[in-house]
Amino acid sequence: MATSFSATLPLHGSQENRLLLPPIRLAPPPSSFLGFTRSLTIPSSRRLYHAHAARRSPVVGVQEVVKEKKVTNSLLITKEEGLVLYEDMILGRSFEDMCAQMYYRGKMFGFVHLYNGQEAVSTGFIKLLTQSDSVVSTYRDHVHALSKGVSARAVMSELFGKVTGCCRGQGGSMHMFSKEHNMLGGFAFIGEGIPVATGAAFTSKYKREVLKQDCEDVTVAFFGDGTCNNGQFYECLNMAALYKLPIIFVVENNLWAIGMSHLRSTSDPEIWKKGPAFGMPGVHVDGMDVLKVREVAKEAVTRARRGEGPTLVECETYRFRGHSLADPDELRDAAEKAKYAARDPITALKKYLVENKLASEGELKTIEKKIDELVEEAVEFADASPQPGRSQLLENVFADPKGFGIGPDGRYRCEDPKFTQGTAQV
Amino acid sequence: MASLLGRFCRKLVVPGSAHGSRMTSTTACGSETVKSLNLYSAINQALHIALETDPRSYVFGEDVGFGGVFRCTTGLAERFGKNRVFNTPLCEQGIVGFGIGLAAMGNRAVVEIQFADYIYPAFDQIVNEAAKFRYRSGNQFNCGGLTIRAPYGAVGHGGHYHSQSPEAFFCHVPGIKVVIPRSPREAKGLLLSSIRDPNPVVFFEPKWLYRQAVEEVPEHDYMIPLSQAEVIREGSDITLVGWGAQLTVMEQACLDAEKEGISCELIDLKTLLPWDKETVEASVKKTGRLLISHEAPITGGFGAEISATILERCFLKLEAPVSRVCGLDTPFPLVFEPFYMPTKNKASSSSSLSSPSKNTHFLIHGFSRLL
Repeated sequence: MATSFSATLPLHGSQENRLLLPPIRLAPPPSSFLGFTRSLTIPSSRRLYHAHAARRSPVVGVQEVVKEKKVTNSLLITKEEGLVLYEDMILGRSFEDMCAQMYYRGKMFGFVHLYNGQEAVSTGFIKLLTQSDSVVSTYRDHVHALSKGVSARAVMSELFGKVTGCCRGQGGSMHMFSKEHNMLGGFAFIGEGIPVATGAAFTSKYKREVLKQDCEDVTVAFFGDGTCNNGQFYECLNMAALYKLPIIFVVENNLWAIGMSHLRSTSDPEIWKKGPAFGMPGVHVDGMDVLKVREVAKEAVTRARRGEGPTLVECETYRFRGHSLADPDELRDAAEKAKYAARDPITALKKYLVENKLASEGELKTIEKKIDELVEEAVEFADASPQPGRSQLLENVFADPKGFGIGPDGRYRCEDPKFTQGTAQV
Repeated sequence: MASLLGRFCRKLVVPGSAHGSRMTSTTACGSETVKSLNLYSAINQALHIALETDPRSYVFGEDVGFGGVFRCTTGLAERFGKNRVFNTPLCEQGIVGFGIGLAAMGNRAVVEIQFADYIYPAFDQIVNEAAKFRYRSGNQFNCGGLTIRAPYGAVGHGGHYHSQSPEAFFCHVPGIKVVIPRSPREAKGLLLSSIRDPNPVVFFEPKWLYRQAVEEVPEHDYMIPLSQAEVIREGSDITLVGWGAQLTVMEQACLDAEKEGISCELIDLKTLLPWDKETVEASVKKTGRLLISHEAPITGGFGAEISATILERCFLKLEAPVSRVCGLDTPFPLVFEPFYMPTKNKASSSSSLSSPSKNTHFLIHGFSRLL
């Protein structure tokens, strides 16, 4: 399903040309990026990074990719790709809506953060990755896991805390791991996953260059705008650029960190600019448009696969719901919400597919119905799954389960029958 | 088992307030107006008073502007202005370091860390800078004006990163104070004392009690002295020591034990560092038995320090080994929270508690073995 790119795929015909594309235009003079704080309007134009040739390490700019759709003659995606993208975004949206329902019915608990509105970023990036590429996410990780290939059943069971969940019910919403799909987890702590992603990227580079294995895996690290004020982010930008790691830093800038506006907490709100400061290209893209995200992602992923190093991509996006299901979402301006609701990525893609005759309404409806059934089935599966046995509490603290020590009665503590009988009851 | 409803009750009677206990705090009774408040409102009041009485005090942290995720800072920004109550970016290390700098220049900085689980990036600043500032500058500078507030402890659905109790890490650092209130009235007094104390204080608030605990809190400005433990409930058979939300659980256990004829003395430590050794010592010398309970994992928890000190001081008066009933040595679980918590844990590592008795109330296990 995921399109795999080979390292030698020439984007525009010329392989010896180090620059990815035709000469880069000068960046337009920076108008006020995000407007003034009074009206949080955001111009949706894309930005460029002007490559300075005099740099020691050739920082290659990323082209201005997607022009207005009306201008191009050729379409950006084929029908199959379009349907794949559509299905993935619908899956993300339905799944999250179902999560909200289940939460309010008491089936799942804890802190749940939903991804509604940001599907274009997840689909745009992750659908370009292979199974062996790694993804590192934040606490808003359900849809990243789904896009990466983790089954809806496994994610739903994990949310319900059942033993059939992807982490056997240990972590819940914010900790979606999958060895099979190389989903290196959701992280509850902001910025905590970025160094982990950097290490994972180093592994692929090491495998390729030192161990001479055939390894083109890239790592994609997703995080939010609030994280961009955190030390760990900068430390990793530096390391990634220094070691030229195959990693893509994707900022899902949805303008709000719980109740803190990005504009009021960041000295320079244009996050993409922080890439060049560390020696990597920085790109800003409209994160509500999956096709634009996909084009930028293609570039960034190809760059990484070719060994040219990291990229920082800032996706301007928006979350339609509150920060978490416990957040009443009173702080955001209704006008701002309405503005972004009008740019819903799913409706935009639907419109594109239908207008360009790539798919009919009927086909799209079939997909939606199929996904609805899938999600329903996932809920039934999760409901029917058993809860973890109590003994699971002591497992996996150390590598050796017996490493837990000996209890006072001389037996391994994790085998104490008094403790391990019965099942967990929440 | 059913009696141990401490964790799941709706409105709780806060320990100490309804048992005619000896109150050693300095609250005025009777003549001052009191109001029924929950924990976050009491803390809010304390912050209002602190900012009112000192024009050079500041409250900052993540999301404090709109009131904070637990509503502890509501109304502060409106009343005192954005210059004194402001949001910071998401950088705990920066926030605390920034607070240390403010405090070093003679201001009072009340820093909010959104959850105690997030305090670890700031741990370096707290341990290496805040704790040592006065010491290494030869008393030229100090950051006594720094108070770090963080909600800690289990909340029922917090999981790994919203439920931790990191008090033990901070109790190992000479130079800072660690304070944990058990109820709204205590919280207001202790917070005001902490803010005005000339030493940096880490103030952990039991998040589970933010809404659940309701108590009559005096409306005026009052302080509860630090480093003074309080005997909430008198008894003669066994001393129980705890802090924070765990006391409500222990209170329930005391009531149950009383039905079995065991008279328990319950002590709220309030300040963990430096802790009131004399009160606990006097109590153990009277009863001869000690049981310590906390939510944090048992190995290396603060209970170990109390146990070691009491053993040193009261060895000849002890009639049974000091018992610790604490969380398990695992990361704080999500689904298994009821098993992890020291309420229902049957496999405590303390030898005196693993009893083959059929009695399911584990604290009674402990009592029956100790007596």
